[in-house]
Amino acid sequence: MSNSSLWWLIALLSLTAYGLKAFGFVLAGGRRMPPVLERCLGLIPAALLAALVAKDTLTLAQAVVVDARLAGVAVAGVAVWRRAPFIVVVLVAMVATALVRAVA
Amino acid sequence: MTDSEAGQPEPTAADPVERRRVVSASVTLGAAVGVTALSFGLAAVSAGASVWQACVLSFFTFTGASQFSAMSVVGAGGSAVAAFGGAALLAVRNFVYGLALAGRISVDDDGRRLSLGRRLVAAHFVIDETTAMTTTQVTPRLARTAFWVTALSLFITWNLGTLVGALAGSLLDTQALGFDAAFPAAFLAMLPPHLRTRQGRLAALTGAVVCVALTPFVPVGAAILVAVVGVLFGARP
Repeated sequence: MSNSSLWWLIALLSLTAYGLKAFGFVLAGGRRMPPVLERCLGLIPAALLAALVAKDTLTLAQAVVVDARLAGVAVAGVAVWRRAPFIVVVLVAMVATALVRAVA
Repeated sequence: MTDSEAGQPEPTAADPVERRRVVSASVTLGAAVGVTALSFGLAAVSAGASVWQACVLSFFTFTGASQFSAMSVVGAGGSAVAAFGGAALLAVRNFVYGLALAGRISVDDDGRRLSLGRRLVAAHFVIDETTAMTTTQVTPRLARTAFWVTALSLFITWNLGTLVGALAGSLLDTQALGFDAAFPAAFLAMLPPHLRTRQGRLAALTGAVVCVALTPFVPVGAAILVAVVGVLFGARP
């Protein structure tokens, strides 16, 4: 991505994120949404975060690949399960990935 | 606070103690988030952003999951549209938080409604952590303290952490050090609270499977957007 596209992305994302926060907080505040909508919107992070884990572990551009990252994420999974702090999860994933790369 | 106090005027005598507890919890949370910001700064730079771009993103977008998501798609070589789409979808939950917080934060200690200007400033800080801290307080006054102290503490540590992480990342050989594994690990660490319900687990499983299955057939980053079909598990109670 070019430098200018990246700046556009940053500007647009910042405006959108602020717009969503302000729309709920300042304009629509206190009102309830239809329960179906509330349940579906509540599931967005589950679906998207899991998709992002899968994408960053098993794909490179348009290819599905198994490489050192899978080892890193597996170790991170154990760290998450053991309720390790965020930075520990990230660090062990990086170290495990780098180690597998160095050995392979 | 005991049950007998519920519905009484807000306690004033016990307030300083409770307030200190809330302030200290909020500041501790800020420190933890600062460390997360370090990894965001590192990851953003390894994905191709400049130090300056990582910092501007943290300052103005100020919602971690969306920032990580956008940089992850950028790093994978996706288009700006794909990067924006996934990040914007993740930011929809901030809208839901805004609905929940408005009644708690929009008035001052005397019950007067905050000016539009102050509410517009407060809106920038409507995120996961402020929502969690605010909605768990037992009195409106403590809720307001929790909101503003968490907001200030996180805003400082998130931006400082991003700067330090990005500077460090710009000095290191990110590929050799396994920095590409920082993204999936970060997303994995954010996932557990969303897996508590059966619907959440089904949505997550669907999202992951759809994303990998579609990746070879759609533009880079677009599979993330389709993976959002997982939310349809919320259609039935």
